[in-house]
Amino acid sequence: MKTAWKELTRRPGPFITAGGALTLITMLLLLLGGLLDGLYLSATAAIRAQSASAIVFSTDARDDLIRSHIDPATRAQIAAVPGVESTSGFGLTLVGAQVPSVTDPVPVAVFGYEAANAQVPAPLPTGQVYADTSLRAQGVRFGQTLLLGQAKTPVAVKGWVSDTSYLFQGGLWANAGTWQQVLAANRPDQALAPGSFQAILVTPHQGLSPQRVAQQIDAAVLGVNALTKEQAIMALPGVSQQKSTFASIINTTFLVAGLVVALFFALVTLERVGLFGVLKAIGANSRTLAAGLALQALLIATGALALGGVLTVGFSFIVPSTVPLQLLPGRAAVTAVGLVLTALVGSAISFRRIVRIDPASAVGGS
Amino acid sequence: MSALTMEEVRKVYGSGETAVVALDHATLSVGDDEMVALVGPSGSGKTTLLSIAGGLLSPSEGEVHVGPHEITQYDRRELTRFRREFIGFVFQGANLVPFLTAKENLLVAADLAGRKGRTAERRAESLLEGLGLADRMGNQPGALSGGERQRVAIGRALVNEPELVLFDEPTSALDTKIGEQVMDLIRTEVKGRETAAIVVTHDSRMTHFADRVVEITDGRLKAPGPA
Repeated sequence: MKTAWKELTRRPGPFITAGGALTLITMLLLLLGGLLDGLYLSATAAIRAQSASAIVFSTDARDDLIRSHIDPATRAQIAAVPGVESTSGFGLTLVGAQVPSVTDPVPVAVFGYEAANAQVPAPLPTGQVYADTSLRAQGVRFGQTLLLGQAKTPVAVKGWVSDTSYLFQGGLWANAGTWQQVLAANRPDQALAPGSFQAILVTPHQGLSPQRVAQQIDAAVLGVNALTKEQAIMALPGVSQQKSTFASIINTTFLVAGLVVALFFALVTLERVGLFGVLKAIGANSRTLAAGLALQALLIATGALALGGVLTVGFSFIVPSTVPLQLLPGRAAVTAVGLVLTALVGSAISFRRIVRIDPASAVGGS
Repeated sequence: MSALTMEEVRKVYGSGETAVVALDHATLSVGDDEMVALVGPSGSGKTTLLSIAGGLLSPSEGEVHVGPHEITQYDRRELTRFRREFIGFVFQGANLVPFLTAKENLLVAADLAGRKGRTAERRAESLLEGLGLADRMGNQPGALSGGERQRVAIGRALVNEPELVLFDEPTSALDTKIGEQVMDLIRTEVKGRETAAIVVTHDSRMTHFADRVVEITDGRLKAPGPA
């Protein structure tokens, strides 16, 4: 092991090449992960923010919030299902908002809601909204009156909430009456009767799983489809496709990292067949030699992670704010563990070759 | 007790019609502080004999004893442990670890045999001083001459106080003058430590350093005689 460390520090040339390649791969992995997280969080924040753990849509909506419609009678049936602790109405309208001093309309997601959730306090009085902090970058300021949609329905910004966007549009959170006004004025074809919502948020009794309560609602109430919050998130347009696409790219990149390490150490081993033969002849066993390679792979991967991490963080500062890049510690940890394991597996591929090196090859000038 | 005893050792590579007999009923005994020169043409079986004596190869038939160790039935793991504790090797062209200093090259072998710390360092330093390399301990092989490299290799072979040291053409990469100096040094070190040695060499000018010369032809040892 000491010999492997000394080689790394005294003859760093070849290792720098491999480390450089791994650094670039680390950056790629972190950026891909950051983009995936940014896209996912920006698309799903409004649903993730809900304290309720199940969401009920009308069956004909195919889990699309905007097309869904649940009347008060159906809501009462949902509330009566055993295991349901409480229900809360929820609705959405996507419109353009005219912001004072801003030329082009700003796309916003106007939510109608009845009860506070993890990110948003209880609804404000009619005509007032909480605005998502992401809208600040688009010129929205506290106290402004925004004119929503072609009907120019006025709402006043009276507070800020964070991490509540929906499919990359900043959220405006209004009480049910305000939201219904916006909907009726700007989407008359989608207008709902008083007391109706697009979806019902369900909080199950303590100890009952959301999955179970969703099944019970489906069984008890006709014309609705109940999903857990996680299922509703994955049902959002494009989210699951995005996740699977990025996951494929990230997994392929890990595979490339493994191949880079495997190829590098295969070449290193090939170059050292003579030296390894001599070391085996004087008493080194294959495990000791392979452990040296593994240590070198570990150190290269760790160095690449550190450098790649710093470069990625630096790079994130010059990425335009419109790019939904989110560098999260959890993603960095997964990337680090994945890359180290990949490097170790890559280096382990040379183990077979090391085992096959015959110590007798050291004598006879071969 | 002999340092090495080989009895009716046979080594056959391959099988059937393609079988090649590399060593044919070889019997050899090397005394505790005896230095034997093994000479013979290319392909005569010198390397095979050296490899079997050093536990690098297992014989097809016969018995090999190194000191009290009967190594014929040792498996690969036992042979590895045996080599690092009881055998010293000096290879053609020294074959040092290129990125380690002279002293570290000795310490690698010591470390493999479980000799660590200050004691091992003192032993390595003492050996290198004895080999005339006191001021070259911190140099890597690339900064050493051919003769110096071979002296480091001798130090590495002796660092674990082996029972038997095997030299594989130790002077083949050296000119005559340096070669003689190295052979003289080998004799001095081997005799001074009362260690047995086998020196494989092509060079008849070097055989007079040995106590005895053994010739091998077509895998058969000729009757031993004085150097």
